[in-house]
Amino acid sequence: MEEQVARFVATEQKQPLPPPPSERGIIGTTRRNLFATPLDSVLSILAGLIIVWGAWNIVNWAWIDATFTGSDREACLGEGGACWAFVGAKFSQFMYGVYPFGARWRIDLSVVMLIVLVAGIAIPRIPFKRINAMLLFAVYPVVTLILLTGGRFSFSGGGVTLLLLIAAAITISDVASRPEVGFGSLMKTAVGLALFGVLALFLSKFVSGASVEFLDLRFSTLTLVAFLASLGSIAVAVLTGFRSQEISRLRLLIPVVAVGLFVFVMTADFGLRPVPTNLWGGLMLTLVVALSGIAASLPLGIILALGRRSDMPAVRLFSVIFIEFWRGVPLITVLFMANFMLPLFLPEGVSFNQLLRALVGVALFSAAYMAEVIRGGLQAIPKGQYEGADAMALTYWQKMRLIILPQALKLVIPGIVNTFIGLFKDTSLVYIIGLADLLGTVRRGFNDPSWITPSTPATGLVFAAFIYWLFCFSMSRYSIYTERRLDTGHTR
Amino acid sequence: MCTAWEPEMTADIHPPSRERGGDSLLTNPTVRSIAIQVLLVVCLVAFAWWIIDNTAQNLAAANIASGFGFLDSRSGFDIAQTPIAYSSNSTYGQAILVGITNTLIIAGSGVIVATIIGFLVGIGRLSHNFLIRTLSTIYVETFRNIPPLLVILFWYFGVLSVLSGPRGVAESPIGVYLTNRGLQTPSVLFQPLAWATFAVFLVGILATMWLARYSRKKQLATGERTPVLWPAIGIIVGLPIVVFLVTGVPAALEFPEASRFNLAGGFQLRPEFIALLLALSIYTAAFIAEIVRAGILSVSKGQTEAASALGLKRGQLLRLVVVPQAFRVIIPPLTSQYLNLTKNSSLGLAIGYPELVAVGSTVLNQSGQSIEVVVIWMVVYLGISITVSLLMNWFNSKMALVER
Repeated sequence: MEEQVARFVATEQKQPLPPPPSERGIIGTTRRNLFATPLDSVLSILAGLIIVWGAWNIVNWAWIDATFTGSDREACLGEGGACWAFVGAKFSQFMYGVYPFGARWRIDLSVVMLIVLVAGIAIPRIPFKRINAMLLFAVYPVVTLILLTGGRFSFSGGGVTLLLLIAAAITISDVASRPEVGFGSLMKTAVGLALFGVLALFLSKFVSGASVEFLDLRFSTLTLVAFLASLGSIAVAVLTGFRSQEISRLRLLIPVVAVGLFVFVMTADFGLRPVPTNLWGGLMLTLVVALSGIAASLPLGIILALGRRSDMPAVRLFSVIFIEFWRGVPLITVLFMANFMLPLFLPEGVSFNQLLRALVGVALFSAAYMAEVIRGGLQAIPKGQYEGADAMALTYWQKMRLIILPQALKLVIPGIVNTFIGLFKDTSLVYIIGLADLLGTVRRGFNDPSWITPSTPATGLVFAAFIYWLFCFSMSRYSIYTERRLDTGHTR
Repeated sequence: MCTAWEPEMTADIHPPSRERGGDSLLTNPTVRSIAIQVLLVVCLVAFAWWIIDNTAQNLAAANIASGFGFLDSRSGFDIAQTPIAYSSNSTYGQAILVGITNTLIIAGSGVIVATIIGFLVGIGRLSHNFLIRTLSTIYVETFRNIPPLLVILFWYFGVLSVLSGPRGVAESPIGVYLTNRGLQTPSVLFQPLAWATFAVFLVGILATMWLARYSRKKQLATGERTPVLWPAIGIIVGLPIVVFLVTGVPAALEFPEASRFNLAGGFQLRPEFIALLLALSIYTAAFIAEIVRAGILSVSKGQTEAASALGLKRGQLLRLVVVPQAFRVIIPPLTSQYLNLTKNSSLGLAIGYPELVAVGSTVLNQSGQSIEVVVIWMVVYLGISITVSLLMNWFNSKMALVER
């Protein structure tokens, strides 16, 4: 019998058949994405109808039926669409409030400086991060404060003494942390002088003494003593530091020079017209409240979070009560409290600016939220990091500053930015206690008799919503970008 | 070369005694910690004393009597929405109670609506359907980034206030009217016999709970699944309907009557309530959607694959595998969103919804008792926060994974 021989042997793989036409091209994609199952088809059609209907209505309202020009309400009474003429007429008020026209360049200048400095910090490629950060966090607030208010603040002798005592504390801790200087008898003298200054300053609140003019500042006898003691303390600490070869002499002088410069700049007359805070308003006021809240809440939040994780029961208890109290109540009651109760808490005759009261409320409130976010980061750091830092014989603050906080803060950047976004949105509440922030000016704008039309409120509010949205959305996008950039692959 | 077991070395193995050295008091950690705590407590007490002293002096100067005695005096103002009996002759205390009730009403309804929208949108963000996904994303990214107060004002001043008034409104066949006075719907009037229907409804719920328990026990013992869903629907919905019909339909609908100037009768939702409810639930739903999405994404793919490999149907897969695990991630942040909604309900003040803060600020302005009113606010909100946290913690511990 003849052997069976295969007639055909495939030598290469056959090309696969192309997918059927119903799965290819635009039709295929649409089918897979939108009409995969009957339920899917129904949902797609419904969603499509909603999108078309919504888009049509929005375009109709904001564009086709809208009024773009006009000088008063007559223009906007017709079509029933958006009244953009209202926004156009009130635009400068929405931005600056009733800040004097001649002085608005000061706001513009502050905003430009802010944009430049923030861009310098936020864009990773730009160098000089350190100088930039110092400018933004130390110099910029002072400059803006003087620009916006007009400067010429007055300081009491006690206030200057307090600043000097803080400078003394910084200098002493800087010098004493050097092993080659140590904590010798000279440093003990410096500490003693500083403590004496604190005591004298404290007692000066209870003892009324004769007032003395000295260096253009008004002192009572005891505050003058405290002032001289703090100066002496700084001098002793700096001179002790000079004996060491390791510390640069310039660095030791920074705190006291900074205080001197600060007092000088704040009291100097730059020829700027003073603008009281009740004229501030619009987006500018919103930014002032939001940025000061952000600037105050981060350091406060870090301290509270560390306090909550502390080994000391009294510190921990205090932090827990503080945090949970502020987190448990609505911001509006906090603002009411700041508005009505702060004046009661302070001694008679001491009055607080209304803006400042709102700022105190916002800062304490957001600090509590910030503290919880940062605590999350602290808890996420493995125990080995804490133990490693202890094994290196670092002190508590060195451990936190050099090892724990850099890692913890990096971990919770999204949470921190979320808190910032929340804070930015919450600033709109200050309008309820009578400040004219962006929402407040819009709200007042549509009560203006010359602009009362059915469509004015909606137009003004949509405009304000867009501005809030722009700020919050960009912050959240930046946070996502940073999160990706800093991701060093620790997540599983 | 030294080795560890040499007797001389053992002395060094012990940590150095903390009490040695010249500066023992300054460097001793225990002493330092106690000193810092004592300092903190002293500072706090001094601060509190200073504040109390100032306050007492200021109050004395302004001639304001402190204490909660003012709660018993006549309020003299009216409240628009009074779920419990109240008139302008009632006391401040009763006014504040009305405020608390209104806060609870708006918070409760807001939580329900926000949860429904939030879950739908959150699931929609994970949909395979491109249109649904886009729509959900636009929703979340828009409303998450706009202040809730602005949304409240938008609904109230931008939408509801500019609707036409109830005067000469066109007759509506289903009896639902939306005017600038709010939403008017037919209301249900129950007659005495209706109690039988409610009783049967309650019995149905209890019976279903027993049925579910029995079915679970049986499944654990024998592996056999007894159907629960359909009998439950039958008991809870069907039986009351039967009883309702048998007792002769003891309820009637009252339609709002369009008279010349106003709408009378029926059930009315005030525009303040509608604006606040819409704004709070839309705003909170955007956050809930993100929480739901994160919760579902946190269930690893292996879980769904394993469930499919076991032959579970899609519904079972979701109900028995994905949802219970997602819920563990969802519940804690969901709790804080509910609390945020409750706290945000205080923004009703801006449009005159009479909740606790709005009523309280009227009381504050009339009586000048700012400290007492602020204390009442804080106590009520902290109380709500603590109650909800305890409830949700209990629910969370029931849902938590039981690990060996």
